[in-house]
Amino acid sequence: MSVAVSNLNVPVVCERRPGDNYINHSRGILSWIFTLDHKRIGIMYMVLILANYLVGGIFAMLLRIELLSPKPWMLADPDATKQLYNNMFTLHGAMMIFLFVIPAIPAILGNFALPLMLGAKDVAFPRLNLLSLWCYGLGGFFFVYVLFSGVYHAATGNILPGGFGLDTGWTFYTPYSTNPGSGGNVVAATLGAFIIGFSSILTGINFVASIHTLRPKTMGWFRMPLFLWSLYATSILQILATPVLAITLLLLIAEKTLHIGIFDWKLGGDPVLYQHFFWFYSHPAVYIMILPAMGVMSEVMPVFCRKHIFGYAFIACSSVGLAMLSFFVWGHHMFVSGQSPLVNSIFSLLTFSVAIPSAVKVFNWTATMYKGSIRFNTPMLYAMGFIMVFTAGGLTGMFLGSLQTNVHLHDTYFVVAHFHYVMMGSTVFAFLAGMYYWFPKIFGKMYNDKVGRVAAVLIFIGFNLAFFPQFVGGAHGMPRRWATYPPEFQIYHVLSTIGAFLMASGLFIVLYNWVAALLIGPPAPPNPWGGNTLEWATTSPPPHDNFAATPEVGDPYNLADWQYVDNKQGWVKSTATNVRTQA
Amino acid sequence: MSTATTAHHDPYLAHHFDSSEQQNASAKVGMWVFLATEILMFGGLFCAYAVYRHLHPDVFEFCAGKYLNTTLGAINTLILITSSFTMAWGVRAAQLNQKKLLIGCLSLTLLGGAGFLGIKAVEYRDKWVEHVWVGQWNQYNADYTGSDKVEPNASSAARTPAPDTRPIDPHLATADPNTGTANESKIKPHFTVDTSLAAPPSAVSASRETVAYENLSTPDKKRVNAFFSCYFLMTGLHGIHVVVGMGLISWLLRRSLKGEFNARYNTPVDLVGLYWHLVDLIWIFLFPLFYLIH
Repeated sequence: MSVAVSNLNVPVVCERRPGDNYINHSRGILSWIFTLDHKRIGIMYMVLILANYLVGGIFAMLLRIELLSPKPWMLADPDATKQLYNNMFTLHGAMMIFLFVIPAIPAILGNFALPLMLGAKDVAFPRLNLLSLWCYGLGGFFFVYVLFSGVYHAATGNILPGGFGLDTGWTFYTPYSTNPGSGGNVVAATLGAFIIGFSSILTGINFVASIHTLRPKTMGWFRMPLFLWSLYATSILQILATPVLAITLLLLIAEKTLHIGIFDWKLGGDPVLYQHFFWFYSHPAVYIMILPAMGVMSEVMPVFCRKHIFGYAFIACSSVGLAMLSFFVWGHHMFVSGQSPLVNSIFSLLTFSVAIPSAVKVFNWTATMYKGSIRFNTPMLYAMGFIMVFTAGGLTGMFLGSLQTNVHLHDTYFVVAHFHYVMMGSTVFAFLAGMYYWFPKIFGKMYNDKVGRVAAVLIFIGFNLAFFPQFVGGAHGMPRRWATYPPEFQIYHVLSTIGAFLMASGLFIVLYNWVAALLIGPPAPPNPWGGNTLEWATTSPPPHDNFAATPEVGDPYNLADWQYVDNKQGWVKSTATNVRTQA
Repeated sequence: MSTATTAHHDPYLAHHFDSSEQQNASAKVGMWVFLATEILMFGGLFCAYAVYRHLHPDVFEFCAGKYLNTTLGAINTLILITSSFTMAWGVRAAQLNQKKLLIGCLSLTLLGGAGFLGIKAVEYRDKWVEHVWVGQWNQYNADYTGSDKVEPNASSAARTPAPDTRPIDPHLATADPNTGTANESKIKPHFTVDTSLAAPPSAVSASRETVAYENLSTPDKKRVNAFFSCYFLMTGLHGIHVVVGMGLISWLLRRSLKGEFNARYNTPVDLVGLYWHLVDLIWIFLFPLFYLIH
């Protein structure tokens, strides 16, 4: 590692133990739980989020196994099986949305990379950052317990202390959630989601303040890495949308406990008002999921194509544009909930306009690849997979956004396939791309790229096999959220389950790949990919306060100065150009 | 890096900031962004208020006229605006190193918050005596469990809707919403706008005189409790914010008694001031929306 530091051509001002980094800077479990270091908080988020992803994924597999047969078969009693199915898909959906997809990229990769990319020592409010982690851990534990108690109750008939779980779906839709005796322990589950929401808000506040005030003076808005632009847009959404979810969930709790009659139709309330409130948050939340993924794409694409990003300003502005548009399209979730035709038409039109910034990004990434010297490392394979599945997921969104086809496709597996292409496909592919991209920086170890590539191909094939048949089945009328179905749909479900198993095996290879790298991987050079954003200017893993000396800010996508040396030293900036830029 | 090392003797400068100016700017941005989340959170309640008031204007007029005490509301408004002024003065005092003035201003602000909550408690008690709390403690709510009939007409009409057998919502009443997708075709929309729940046009342009319960339309009679739900949720959430604000001001008071604030370091006073002004501002919207609509 000392060799690598000397190659940075920056004077080392701080004296520190050789080999000292943020991971071994201090010892003991308490030094992690009470740390204010954004890198350690990112790692702890990683552990929690991946654990939640595993649990949500196991239940996805159980759902797919149940759907192999048109008849409910998991338990002896068909009705009990249906109840179990309801609890399981609620658990899968709620955990994957609230505990995995929303926080995955901002809380893990954003927390780790944002201050590094700014050349800063930490985020603006390190203590709020830690509070956000605690909110996530506490709320998440509570939430998972409530959801799991429902599955347990449905499967065994026994009641765990504290509840019957939840079977409303992840949306808590009224009147399912407000009718007495239905829905399960809505109050407890809602409270869990409420606490998790605060973790999201705090992260958003932190990122916005950091980007505004911690940027070096030489880094103007349009010299920021595009990942920061997308995190900025994401944070705006977290800040403006999540409080509306908070008040909606508070109203739901008040409705259940005090019978206030805002959403409960029997007390004169309006269940559709709940849908409006809920989607006013949850549609922007969809962009909280996808925008950071797009940011990762914009980092990975130029580095592995060895080419300057195409259309920087367009990508940056389209992130903000998407964030703004996302606040005005929530009504497209309620085309069949009894909105007036005029309102439906307006929401449909606005929904179509989302295609413009999305396409701007896809075309720019494709143009970045054009005539680039592409390196097919693992992150790049996921990035290329992202372009394909995001295009498919985005275009089927147009089918759902147009009013006539929506009436036919609403609440079918077509919707399920659509949002899995966008969330599971696009966001998870970008998450994996980002994890593989920053893995050497985070842990200071290199993984086996060949194994990573095999897993990427397997996941891509498995993903498409799992979800493409659902488009077809859904278009033929297979309704979502059903534990039983007519036999003619069985072929789609069987194909889908096979694909899901392929994908799961691919994800386990990824896990093996990471664990093996942590245990026996060779040390990573400071810059293994030749990126020019500031996190590559420090050691891998970075020291406790991130940089030995203030890094020099340049065009984040000017890759020409970096030369590849060998596996040990990675990419090194040539001294001649260094002298020139300093002068 | 060099600026950081020179400024390190400042005890209130966190290690990751270069200068106290940068730290102050970060804190300001963070606070304003946080205030935005507060506004959005209250926005949900204001939205619910707007929806129900638009659908049932007579209900809001009737309830506000009959149950809300405009005098007490006006006094409270005056108290909060005064406390906002003393808070702003306190921020100025901190910036000018006027320690005694700062302590005095903070104490007055704290007193204002306490006075506001005291008057609010009196109002809440009156509602309790009149059986118009939320949910089962509200005589207009279908779930009302009390036996006292303060308003014979009202409670009897609210609890035994004898003349009105019309279902609340025709779509939902024909199909049990719990049976799920099997009955969905019945629940799915007919693309007609159901206006039966809205008040008749003549009622909207009713005279300025206080509406009597007997004169409310039948759907309106069932929605009277919506007013109290809005009232208690909005003033209640606001009250919680006042309590939090008073806690923060007590914390400031303790620190300023120790003399921790001066012209160089007064960010906490500044930020709590911003928060207190927001709490004040929300009340300035709540007061006319509830107390001045009849």
